Amino acid sequence: MRVRPTAPILPPSNIQGSALMVVISIMAFLACLTLGGVSMVRSTAASWESQISREITIQIKPDDNLDMEKALTQARDLALTFVGTKSGQIVDEAATARLLEPWLGPGLDLKDLPVPRLVIITIDESNPPDFDSMRSLLKDSIPQATLDDHRTWVDRLVSMAHTTVMIGTGILLLVFTAMVLTVVFATRGALSGNRHVVEVLHFVGAESSFVATEFQKHFLKISLKGSAIGSALAALFFASAGFWQSRTLATPETDQATALFGTFSVGVLGYAGIFATMIVIALLTTFTARLTVMRTIYEIDTLRSDPTRTDGIAS
Amino acid sequence: MIHFENVGLRYGMGPEILRDLTFDIPKKSFQFLTGPSGAGKTSLLRLLFMSLQPTRGLIRMFGRDISEIPRPELPLLRRRVGIVFQDFRLLDHLTTYENVALPLRVRGKDESSYKTDVLELLKWVGLGERINVLPPVLSGGEKQRAAIARALMDRPEVLLADEPTGNVDPPMAKRLLNLFLELNRLGTAVVIATHDLALMEQVEARRMILSGGHLDIYD
Repeated sequence: MRVRPTAPILPPSNIQGSALMVVISIMAFLACLTLGGVSMVRSTAASWESQISREITIQIKPDDNLDMEKALTQARDLALTFVGTKSGQIVDEAATARLLEPWLGPGLDLKDLPVPRLVIITIDESNPPDFDSMRSLLKDSIPQATLDDHRTWVDRLVSMAHTTVMIGTGILLLVFTAMVLTVVFATRGALSGNRHVVEVLHFVGAESSFVATEFQKHFLKISLKGSAIGSALAALFFASAGFWQSRTLATPETDQATALFGTFSVGVLGYAGIFATMIVIALLTTFTARLTVMRTIYEIDTLRSDPTRTDGIAS
Repeated sequence: MIHFENVGLRYGMGPEILRDLTFDIPKKSFQFLTGPSGAGKTSLLRLLFMSLQPTRGLIRMFGRDISEIPRPELPLLRRRVGIVFQDFRLLDHLTTYENVALPLRVRGKDESSYKTDVLELLKWVGLGERINVLPPVLSGGEKQRAAIARALMDRPEVLLADEPTGNVDPPMAKRLLNLFLELNRLGTAVVIATHDLALMEQVEARRMILSGGHLDIYD
C-alpha cells in the first residue's frame, strides 16, 4: 500500500493563520510605502539642493546715484575674478519682467518701478568660491549689492530631508514593532490552539528546539506569503504611480504632484529595498515566532512539571 | 532500571496524594498498577515519565537521579520510555502511518530509514490496511493499537500504559493485553495502570496497588 506524502506536524491552515497573513501583508505594504516615500523625498531634496547650490545670486537694488547696467556688469566681473566661479549671467530687463509677470501683469516697464536686478553666477560645486570675501568685496565696490549663496534654502532643505528620513524611520520602527507584537500574540494563540500537538510532541520525546522549528516553519510560510503580497502591492503602487506620472507629463495635476513628491520612480534600488523589506519582515516574523515558542514551551514545561503550581496541572 | 525511594507528591498546598513510595521497576518486568479512581495512578505514571517532579524523595531513572538532570536532557531520557493514554492522543490531521512514525520524525530521522519498520509494526498491531486513514475514522480499538504502536516505535525500554483498555470492548482488551505480553517477551518492561480486574485476572503478574497514597506490591 502506498503512503501519502508526509503532512506537516502542525495543521497547515486555519482562520488564525489567514488573519495573520493579512496583517503581515498590510504591515509589509505600509513598511514598503514608507520606505519608498522616504527615498523619494530624499532624492527630490537632494536634487533641489544640488540645483540650488550650483548657483549664487547677486541682487542690486536701484538707487538714484547708481548706473544699474554698469553696476550689473561690474558685479558680474568682480564675482568672476574669484576661483570657483564658472560663468555669470545678467538677468536682463525682459527676463526680470517675465519673473514679475505673475504678480504685476504683462507689459511692465521696469524704469517706472524700483525693481532690484539680478546677476546669476554659476559656481563649481566641488570647489566653491570664498563667499565671505566675495560678499565684502561686492559691498565695498557696490553698496547696493547683496550676495545670496542660497545657504539658507540649502540648510532648510537638508533639515527637511533629515526630518523626513527621521519620521520615515520612526514609522518603519512603529510598523515593525506592531508586527512583532502581532506575531507574538499570534504565536501564543497558535500555541494555545495547538496545545494538544505540543503535548503529544512532548510525550513522544521531542526537544523544545524541534517544536520551535515546526512552529517556525509554519510562521515562515505565513510571513513569506504575507510579506510577498504586501511588498508586491507596494511595488505595483509605485510602478502605477510612475506610469501615471509619465503619461500625464506637463499637466497642472502632475506638475503639482511632482513639485510635492518628486517623481514616483523608485528605481532599481527602490525595488531592491522593497524586496529587502519583504525578506526582513519574513525573517523578523520567523525569529519572533521561534523566541515566543521557546519561551512558551519553557513556561508549559515548568508548569507541567511543578506540582506546587496547581494552575498548570495537565493530565 | 527505575528506582523510587520515599517519593512523595502533593499538588499546590493540598494533601500529599502519594506518600513514601519505594519500589523498583526491573528490566523486562511486567506489572499492573491499580487502585481506586483518584488514587494517583496517573500522577505516578507522570512521575515515571519524568513529566512531573516529586515534592520529596529520590527517583533514579536508568541509573540517574532525575533531580540532577538538566531540563534540555529530559526529552532524550523520555525517549527510552513509551507511553500510551486511555484517550489515545493521536493527531487528527495525521494518518495512522504518520502518527506512528512521529517519534522517529521528532528525532530527525529520514523517512526512508524508518518507513519499512513503521509499516511492519502497523502490520504487527493489525493496522496494515489502515495506514492512510485519519484517526477520526478509526474505531476505538484501532486508535488504541495505533497509540500503542506509536509508543513502541522507537523500541523503548519501558512502556507505560494508562487505562489502555478503558475505551474498548472485552475481546479487544484481551487482544491488546496479548500485544503487551508479546512486547514484554521481546524485552520491554511494561507498566499497565488499570482498575479492570477482569484484565488483571488473565495474567499472573506483579501487582502494584495504590490506596490512600500508599503503594502495596504483590509479586
